[in-house]
Amino acid sequence: MSFGSGSMTNSISEIKDCKLIFLIGGNPTEAHPIVGLEMKKALRKGCTFVVADPRRIWFAQHAKLYLPVRPGSDNWLLNAMAHVIISEGLENKEFIKTRTEGYEEFKAFVKDITTEKASEYTGIPAEDIRQAAGLYATSEKSAIFYTLGITEHTCGTDNVRTIANLALLTGHIGKHSTGVNPIRGQNNVQGATDMGCLPDRMHGYQYLSDSAVVDKFEKAWGVKLSRTQGATSPTMFERMSKGQFKGLYVIGEDPVMSEPNQNYTINGLNNLDFLVVQDIFMSETAKYADVVLPAASFAEKDGTFTNTERRVQRVRKAINPIGNSKPDWQIICELSNLMGYKMDFPSPKEIWDEIASLAPMFAGINYARIEHNGIQWPCPDTKHPGTKFLHEGKFTRGPGKFFVLPYRAPAESADKDYPLILSTGRTLYHYNAGTMTRRSAGSTYKTNDCFVEIHQVDASELGIFDGETVKIATRRGEITARAEVSDKVKKGVIWIPMHFVESAVNKLTKDAYDNITQTAEYKVCGAKLEKII
Amino acid sequence: MVMVPKIKLTIDGKATEIAKGKTILQAANSIGINIPTLCHDPRLEPFAGCRVCMVEIERGNTNALITSCNTEATDGMTIRTNSEKVLKTRKMVLELILSDHPKDCMTCEKCGSCKLQDLAYEYNVRESRFFEQPDGGVVNDRNPVIQKDTSKCILCGRCVRICAEIQQDYAIDFKNRGFDTETGTPFGKSLLDTTCVLCGQCVSTCPVGSLVEKQAVGKGREWEFKQVKTTCAYCGVGCTMYLNVTGNQVVKVTSKVGTIPNDGNLCIKGRFGYDFIHHPDRLKQPLVKKNGKFEEATWDEALNLIATKFREIKAKHGPEHIGVFSSSRCTNEENYLAMKFTRAVIGTNNVDQCART
Repeated sequence: MSFGSGSMTNSISEIKDCKLIFLIGGNPTEAHPIVGLEMKKALRKGCTFVVADPRRIWFAQHAKLYLPVRPGSDNWLLNAMAHVIISEGLENKEFIKTRTEGYEEFKAFVKDITTEKASEYTGIPAEDIRQAAGLYATSEKSAIFYTLGITEHTCGTDNVRTIANLALLTGHIGKHSTGVNPIRGQNNVQGATDMGCLPDRMHGYQYLSDSAVVDKFEKAWGVKLSRTQGATSPTMFERMSKGQFKGLYVIGEDPVMSEPNQNYTINGLNNLDFLVVQDIFMSETAKYADVVLPAASFAEKDGTFTNTERRVQRVRKAINPIGNSKPDWQIICELSNLMGYKMDFPSPKEIWDEIASLAPMFAGINYARIEHNGIQWPCPDTKHPGTKFLHEGKFTRGPGKFFVLPYRAPAESADKDYPLILSTGRTLYHYNAGTMTRRSAGSTYKTNDCFVEIHQVDASELGIFDGETVKIATRRGEITARAEVSDKVKKGVIWIPMHFVESAVNKLTKDAYDNITQTAEYKVCGAKLEKII
Repeated sequence: MVMVPKIKLTIDGKATEIAKGKTILQAANSIGINIPTLCHDPRLEPFAGCRVCMVEIERGNTNALITSCNTEATDGMTIRTNSEKVLKTRKMVLELILSDHPKDCMTCEKCGSCKLQDLAYEYNVRESRFFEQPDGGVVNDRNPVIQKDTSKCILCGRCVRICAEIQQDYAIDFKNRGFDTETGTPFGKSLLDTTCVLCGQCVSTCPVGSLVEKQAVGKGREWEFKQVKTTCAYCGVGCTMYLNVTGNQVVKVTSKVGTIPNDGNLCIKGRFGYDFIHHPDRLKQPLVKKNGKFEEATWDEALNLIATKFREIKAKHGPEHIGVFSSSRCTNEENYLAMKFTRAVIGTNNVDQCART
């Protein structure tokens, strides 16, 4: 990518010392509450906030500058900011010269991306875009934070690179409290990718295309490996829908709730010859399974999770598995043994030792070293303290690369028949598919029904009052939800959380994907809202 | 780096050097001298409300008593933390606090982990010379996770300040005057109807039994629990927390100041979202679908069926017709095994996880 590796460039402990935080497509007070607290600390210390989001979130209310961006138009905002930085001479010439490449092409490209044009697409006043660029470029310690509001688009990768362009342009990277920081949404989503649950690479981001890598693993595992790149989950679903995929083993995921376009997902699962689901509850996906295996929860097993700042931390067994359930690692070992490949690890510690022995970036991490506090990868040897921030002095990939990225419209947006833009996300009180928090007293006390946020002007045009149940429809399906009428969400946009099985918003979302990461476009599709008479 | 100038002072006869701008309390703690506190939480601004951190400062003939938590250490100070004057004053302060606090330690949830109980024991305060009776009691409300006992509040303000300074939610504040003073919401509204987000930070910082985890009431006192340090299983921040266990049950979640990366802070999901662990809906036995209905099976039956089916598909259609989805719910070790299983056992690279969703 632009820098060479995908992760937070700074640590959580550096947030409080930021002088400017540009928060785009992220709602930390709800989705990452403790990162939210660190940002609140920065706010108390006088940090300037520039917030771009279609919803007036907590930090938008406390920001120096709030940019209510239309979903799917982030590219215009970011490129126009680059335009302002260059045209006003605020770029970091020394940094561009010594640490980047592709600047001239980029400069020529953004020359025409004026704030006025961007204003038309984004719905943000041109003057505010100009001011945002100035604030970002001139602050002594500027950090950008983004989450799924940037990536869950068909142009998600482009968006990330457009953000990186801003950091390269100003040199706001590779320093204390200064950098580009995606915050990972789920407890161990960083770890799941680090551990090579990816069709094109082994753990530690070692690519299969490198035959030396495959040779190494063949030797270590004592087995011949396939050198053909595998299929991503969207590709697997595509093959399922055509009946060209036969068996699936799902561990701890609930694609029926979390994949876009629920009908398409269910149809795919029905086409399988054999589906195994391993989970702690009878999830929506498990209902379609041929075999359901009871797994142990995080309180019932040992292991490690890796957090958003790349810190490998211990998970410890507190109680014995409930009922006849077993930890996932034990189930996989037993299944593997039955299928004729010996996996005889006495405990997760020995599994970690194998992980560390086969990936240089984890080589220095072991259970003894992380007994008290976790260590941040890369950590190449047992004397290495771990890595607080990435890209100090040089980027992983060599020079940082500017990308020329013209605007690409979302796969589907508002139109005559479906005049509103539907965006989806998470709330403070619930977590993803809701399997855990919907069974928790505190969370259900605060919120226990699905709601749709709608702007008061849109609501009054439709004759909808706060609190009434309404129907929301897209080309893929319809659900009902309670209307929350306010000026929180931008006019023309509606927003629905993803946690509620009885009003599963992924019945509505579109199965359109980013061209590189294949992340689905959960943040934009055309929708309409109707009063129920 | 900006060099912070150092200052020199003497505490209980020990000379020490500390960065300018630190308090006397911080200076004392840095050389292992313990000064008792009730209203102090290192995450919060100094408050000097409880007065038990009083120390004596030498000023020629007129020695003065000052609160150490909010007084900046300055060059040349001579401090005494345990002089007769200090101990006598501290004891009287405790008597004053106990005059408005019930003496029902034997039934209190906080027994054994209460800071007031510890200090009363240490300073041998059995009775208070002051006569006021504590009023109020356990608030009966629909809040499912926080239990409040107004009679036990010592007005240290930690709950009010953590809500304002750290959470910035401003849901609670002090109310009324004198002995009637208490902490609460505007007009006595339910927390549900305020800006409260049920993070429970107030519970975690309360030094006495005034705010406790409602779901753990009656399940045991701190010394009866095994505390297991672990990492939260919700979002990607990865907060360090402690599962409090008795028997085979997780009773509550607590946190400690100084842990990485959350410094003792937790949100509603981390602190109160653990009850799913023991929910009756938990799957307890492998299930195999027969004629469209799930039936309980043994592990051997279920795993043998999976092995057979995967072998069949592999033989008939090839390994590329099988895929594995792992997820963030799994540990690193489990994700590693899932990808190893896919590649080494099934023989395909069709492995993915939930990062795309």
